Amino acid sequence: MASHDPQNANGRLVLKLIGITLGMFGFGFALVPLYEVFCDITGINGKTEDEAAVYTAVEVDTSRWVTVEFLTRTNSGMPWEFEARTKRIKVNPGELHTVEFYVRNPARRDIVAQAIPSVSPGTAALYVNKTECFCFNHQPLGAGEEALMPMQFYVDPQLPEEIEVFTLQYTLYDVTEEAKEASETAALPTLDAVAVGS
Amino acid sequence: MSSATEHATTDVAHGHDEHAHDDHHHAIPTGIKRWLFTTNHKDIGTLYLWFAFIMFLVGGAMAMVIRAELFQPGLQIVDPNFFNQMTTVHGLIMVFGAVMPAFTGLANWLVPMMIGAPDMALPRMNNWSFWILPFAFAILLASLFVEGGGPAFGWTFYAPLSTTYSSDSTALFVFSVHIMGISSIMGAINVIVTIFNMRAPGMTWMKMPLFVWTWLITAFLLIAVMPVLAGVVTMVLTDKYFGTSFFDAAGGGDPVLFQHIFWFFGHPEVYIMILPAFGIISQIIPTFARKKLFGYASMVYATASIALLSFIVWAHHMFTTGMPLAAEMFFMFATMLISVPTGVKVFNWVATMWRGSMTFEVPMLFALAFIVLFTIGGLSGLMLAITPVDFQYHDTYFVVAHFHYVLVTGAVFSIMAAVYYWLPKWTGKMFDITLAKWHFWCSLISVNVLFFPMHFVGLAGMPRRIPDYALQFADFNKWISIGGFAFGLSQLIFLALLIKACRKQGEPVSDQVWEGAEGLEWEIPSPAPYHTFDTPPVVK
Repeated sequence: MASHDPQNANGRLVLKLIGITLGMFGFGFALVPLYEVFCDITGINGKTEDEAAVYTAVEVDTSRWVTVEFLTRTNSGMPWEFEARTKRIKVNPGELHTVEFYVRNPARRDIVAQAIPSVSPGTAALYVNKTECFCFNHQPLGAGEEALMPMQFYVDPQLPEEIEVFTLQYTLYDVTEEAKEASETAALPTLDAVAVGS
Repeated sequence: MSSATEHATTDVAHGHDEHAHDDHHHAIPTGIKRWLFTTNHKDIGTLYLWFAFIMFLVGGAMAMVIRAELFQPGLQIVDPNFFNQMTTVHGLIMVFGAVMPAFTGLANWLVPMMIGAPDMALPRMNNWSFWILPFAFAILLASLFVEGGGPAFGWTFYAPLSTTYSSDSTALFVFSVHIMGISSIMGAINVIVTIFNMRAPGMTWMKMPLFVWTWLITAFLLIAVMPVLAGVVTMVLTDKYFGTSFFDAAGGGDPVLFQHIFWFFGHPEVYIMILPAFGIISQIIPTFARKKLFGYASMVYATASIALLSFIVWAHHMFTTGMPLAAEMFFMFATMLISVPTGVKVFNWVATMWRGSMTFEVPMLFALAFIVLFTIGGLSGLMLAITPVDFQYHDTYFVVAHFHYVLVTGAVFSIMAAVYYWLPKWTGKMFDITLAKWHFWCSLISVNVLFFPMHFVGLAGMPRRIPDYALQFADFNKWISIGGFAFGLSQLIFLALLIKACRKQGEPVSDQVWEGAEGLEWEIPSPAPYHTFDTPPVVK
């Protein structure tokens, strides 16, 4: 097999194999955006859109009722009180609703929070359209402050028939450090929750 | 294997040639320098095999700590954090330090001899790929002694256990995995180049011994997935120390993504640890059944199919993460599909033995135990593949039983079978058969006392990776621990046997060693001379 110039043949094959190795190293990292795009299209990891949807005149399906449940939790080390003012709501697909979430920062320091939504079953995530949500931005609260954060949404009438109930859960993370770092390098993060809080 | 040789006379002449050659050109350095600077495939094979065996004993000692703690319910010997470090480092050492280097050592020894090549294609890189390994494991073991302890998040290092909740020594873990990965990749590249470019004239693809075939496919799996492992540990490193959020939901990442990337590496990895075993068994069974391997071509295609399928089944480790039904169905059926080529293999081994003139020398005993016990592990794997029941089995001792059957009575038994099979060729002397039989029977009985009851406690709901457990599991755990200690002690018999063999004690053996053995490595003298096939043999 070792033909005319074995040294050369070895060198060429080694280069190819190193190429595969580097390619696969890159592929490992490419899996990150691929995963995000894949989940975005299929909605399988229960993440909702992180940008506001535009409510265009959607035909309301009054013949059908869907129950939406709201759950809240805080990540470990996050001291905020966080609860949904509306625990569950029956909606017609296509109908616009606003629900409110109460937050209070009992700590003695200012904290910036980020809410991460998760829908269960995950396949429903594609059909939850939020026109306004506190989860789109960082939410700062001073020590001892409280606020009401609104979330406006409608359920897409295309929601698969078999889904009669789904749960929308928000987890609050303490991102004070990250927000500080970000604001040092860029402009201040948007501060809209406090203003909205009534 | 297609028998493949020059006539005996050339062989003898060839042997003499070898010695003459040695005397004239190569003064072999002695002492530590011989081993540090060696580029000889046989020396490096020996280094790999001893390193793997030492790591097997170190990882085994950790398993003894685990079993001592689990001997009875309650916390008695070690604290839970140290227990978790033991399960983690036991897993890492056995996977990356024992099984994989042992197979690489066997490849170094055997692949050139089997294809009629004088050495590996890239001998200097070969030296490097071995000598960085001790450093990798020194770093990993050292991390156990730093403040806060070593890695305690399981060998699978799921985020956020390995990012948010891990000890400060995680960087040491990451770097040691990087070095192990580089070592495996270099070893794999060497194997591929050797097999592609250095086969003797006439050694066509479909004449290659199955051990060579399975290692070639394994090497491709290695260069395909070890870089992905390197990528995922790098992400863990930057998430923990440099503020990235690959796996941190608060920063827009996703911890489930970790599992996808890890298992994209992890599932092919389990085949990396079993395909060379298939090759070994396919060499041994025909020898002691004195028949040609049944279905050689189907063995090659089955191996390739298993390797390809291994890339599309990773999420069967993640059924309980909340995947959609369609994905669960896909991964369930794809996983079950793997049992088809695996079944072909088991069928072929049994068919090879059918009406053969079987004898039961020690390598054959290990090979037969492999077939039976690996099949048990394969069947429990099939049970785990069934999505609805996996929700009960997930993260229980049933999983522990499953992967120890495929890795201990599968991969490790095949390595032992290989060592017993080729050891006389390496040393030129027959090993101590009495000790070997003691080693086999003690290992066989104790390994089943050790792992079989794990199925039962697992089905009854005992979770894995816990230092304490509910009272109803006490009796079974006592038996499991007794089996564990017995299995651990049985390996000391193996150690004694290997020391005797390395001191060249025992009866001299013929070149063929085993009556039914066929292939190029059995046509060179025993012990195999330092340099073989300086002029390539002609394979008919």
